[in-house]
Amino acid sequence: MYEHDVIVVGAGGAGLRAAIAAHEEGADVALVSKLHPVRSHTGAAEGGINAALHPEDSWELHAYDTMKGSDYLGDAPAVDTFAQDAPEAVVTLEHWGMPFSREEDGSASQRPFGGLSHPRTTYAGAETGHHMLHTMYQQVVKRGIEVYDEWYVTNLAVTEEDDPDKRDCHGVVAYEIATGEVHGFHARDGVILATGGPGQVFDHTTNAVANTGDGPAMAYRAGVPLEDMEFIQFHPTTLPSTGVLISEGVRGEGGILYNDEGERLMFEYGYANNDGELASRDVVARAELTEVNAGRGVEDEYVHLDMRHLGEDRILDRLENILHLAEDFEGVDGLDEPMPVKPGQHYAMGGIETDENGETCISGLYAAGECACVSLHGANRLGGNALPELLVFGARAGRHAAGADMKVAEIQTGPSARSEDGEVDTPVDPGAVESAETDAAADETGSTSAESGTVLERAVERERERIEQLLETDGINHADVRSNVQESMTANVNVFRREENLKEALVDLRDARERYQDVGVSDPSRTYNTDLIHTIETRNVLDLAEAITLGALAREEFRGAHWREEFQERRDDEWLKHTLLSWNDGNPDLYYKPVILEGDEQTYEPKERSY
Amino acid sequence: MSTETTPPETEEPTEEQASADEAIEPADEQATTSPGERRRAEKRARGAQRDTEWNTEETDDQSETRTIKVFRYDPEVEGKSRPRFDEYTVPYHKGMTVLDALIYARDQYDSSLTFRHSCRQAVCGSDALFINGRQRLACKTQLSALSDPVRVEPLPHADVVKDLVVDMEHFYDQMEAVEPFFDPDDLPDGELEEQKQSPENREKIKMSTRCIWCGACMSSCNIAAGDNEYLGPAAINMAYRFAMDEREGEIKQEDRIRIIEQEHGVWRCQTQFSCTEVCPKDIPLTEHIQELKREAVKSNLKFW
Repeated sequence: MYEHDVIVVGAGGAGLRAAIAAHEEGADVALVSKLHPVRSHTGAAEGGINAALHPEDSWELHAYDTMKGSDYLGDAPAVDTFAQDAPEAVVTLEHWGMPFSREEDGSASQRPFGGLSHPRTTYAGAETGHHMLHTMYQQVVKRGIEVYDEWYVTNLAVTEEDDPDKRDCHGVVAYEIATGEVHGFHARDGVILATGGPGQVFDHTTNAVANTGDGPAMAYRAGVPLEDMEFIQFHPTTLPSTGVLISEGVRGEGGILYNDEGERLMFEYGYANNDGELASRDVVARAELTEVNAGRGVEDEYVHLDMRHLGEDRILDRLENILHLAEDFEGVDGLDEPMPVKPGQHYAMGGIETDENGETCISGLYAAGECACVSLHGANRLGGNALPELLVFGARAGRHAAGADMKVAEIQTGPSARSEDGEVDTPVDPGAVESAETDAAADETGSTSAESGTVLERAVERERERIEQLLETDGINHADVRSNVQESMTANVNVFRREENLKEALVDLRDARERYQDVGVSDPSRTYNTDLIHTIETRNVLDLAEAITLGALAREEFRGAHWREEFQERRDDEWLKHTLLSWNDGNPDLYYKPVILEGDEQTYEPKERSY
Repeated sequence: MSTETTPPETEEPTEEQASADEAIEPADEQATTSPGERRRAEKRARGAQRDTEWNTEETDDQSETRTIKVFRYDPEVEGKSRPRFDEYTVPYHKGMTVLDALIYARDQYDSSLTFRHSCRQAVCGSDALFINGRQRLACKTQLSALSDPVRVEPLPHADVVKDLVVDMEHFYDQMEAVEPFFDPDDLPDGELEEQKQSPENREKIKMSTRCIWCGACMSSCNIAAGDNEYLGPAAINMAYRFAMDEREGEIKQEDRIRIIEQEHGVWRCQTQFSCTEVCPKDIPLTEHIQELKREAVKSNLKFW
């Protein structure tokens, strides 16, 4: 058994930032990640980090843009906190040696990005995430923070009170990939989940293969509600063959989108008469697919993103990485020809419900970064707002977990925040296949006052049994189940959503859940058994796919990234509320809580969102 | 090198998949005849023709399948404890990478086939492998650029953990030995005041900051193969990244020069350029090592 004050699960941007913050508060911190930190997917972020740094800009403007971009589903305390903390977060990164792109006077450059009223996106070429990830890992090395790399956290050790609000998190259970051993990690002060996005729920995604939503799935099964899961961002510029991301920075620098007729589609068809290519991502993604559906797509699949007019010097200076990606993964030379692009799954706005200090309703359990929903991005995230989110809320979660004295959070979490019951008409029952879950976190009743060692030891024992069972079962390959889920989600729960498709997805997911009951790991080895890891991940993919689809079916309006064929308008009278889904021991319970629009300096009045 | 498996079912799923796709499309065309639909139908026909032409052109040297020969080893599994190569035939599509082929082989034929991979876009640095006798990232290596059968092995000069997975600990230790972190003498006083860095200096360190820690360079280096304590190209490049950054503190600069000029540091490099040749991020590693040799000399002269 291992023991630390604060245990951070995941070592991408949010995890590293949380670990550094907790360490600065004097905590004994450990990072536990299924990947070595520098392999994390933060490294693939390209565009930049938004922060109101210049005197003519202000945090209030950044907050306003973020709230507008969220289509008024962000919570003001989260949005305000974020915009206020972002400048310092960026300057701190600079002090750690981040190689930002620079102006002639030596200050960090800022470029325009979609949905921003001021050029406030700091960047490091078109590989900002790579530099941010490495800069922070360097600081982790400098501080001597303990890293358990290639240790896969498979479950949380949480007490078993009926009311999730009253549960405590005592630690995590982790599987050492190199040896196949299962160990308990006792967290004296807190566990911070920073496991990243759930992109593997879809089959055309910019996300890494490792992005299987492990954190949200574990938290969900332990009793933390998942919030606003229906809001999935489809990035408008991904390479058609692989889903590799082409940064919004290309459009920020002046890149233009053309349809197959050579028309500048954003203006020609009035999708965004003011901002054109720099409208919010959801707007551009829908515009592209509308063009393709109208027969004006190239090869009936994609549109063209042209940056040739920017000139070789500027491209090499600011977007060189894009040339490599287009060449290596699509065989296109961006200096000579336009690049093919189409929308691809990119980001989950929803996730583990937290407050602005990163805390969940379970005492001692935190979440930060893409796996969390604080809620900052609401119904749609602006480009350049994910990286500062990692910095701001990663650091806040780290500090709070380490016991720093912080302002009490305004955002309410857990079942006590419920304002309204939800109803959704599903063709099949969602949730656990058998009502008595055998592998969920909180399944055994009794001995709720057990000591932490006992709770953790029991969790370890359950994981050992589950793993033995998976290794011994002569079952089907999880990869078949996973690919069915991904295909169904991309076909049915994509940019354009219809009731019948959403229901079809739920039927497919039910079928996949039933088949998952029969999975087995055919590799018998204890050494680096990725078959086992991927099999466990697939269970997480299933839970999250279902949560996304349930939310999408329940929300009968069109807001931000969530478009419904039957409901073509944003309905503020009824839907200014967050969707919450509680696992409820295998019988998912849907409910709502109101959006908070009253901020520190301004109350955000929902307006029509035009770009 | 004994057991070779060629899964017999290889071609069937491909053909089924292809015919299933075709079956859906004509149904769509009949259902609606809007201008958009007609236009798409015409384009599909043109596209199909193009594909056929392309296939005919390529059929001679690369048929619709490709063969990969993959190194297999697992110390604790009977039949795998002695290293061998397994052969997999995978359906080929244009743009297919070595990583795509490995994933196909794992998901369709043998789920115990083990290799690291994550981002699929040459930034996480997980999948540096020895492919047809050279260190490359599997995710950005096109099958079309390689002769058949494609031989896939773990990185040489590293301990094999299992199949294509090698122990990276030694590499990480060397990276961390150069104290790879920024340590300025002092920071600006003003609240929210950043350090200035000239665009020229940023350009100077640019290539060195692109390292993704994949280990290809270290694996290709003859010196590192013979001297296990040699810092290696990646770690020295990391030192360069900080040594050349005008924001870095002077005290730390001196410390770091001491580290890289020790017995197993920069002077071991014999400028064979193998690291530079295999670097998937085109970092001029050998040049950086040479520049640090000059820095070390300058630094020593200063103390005389």
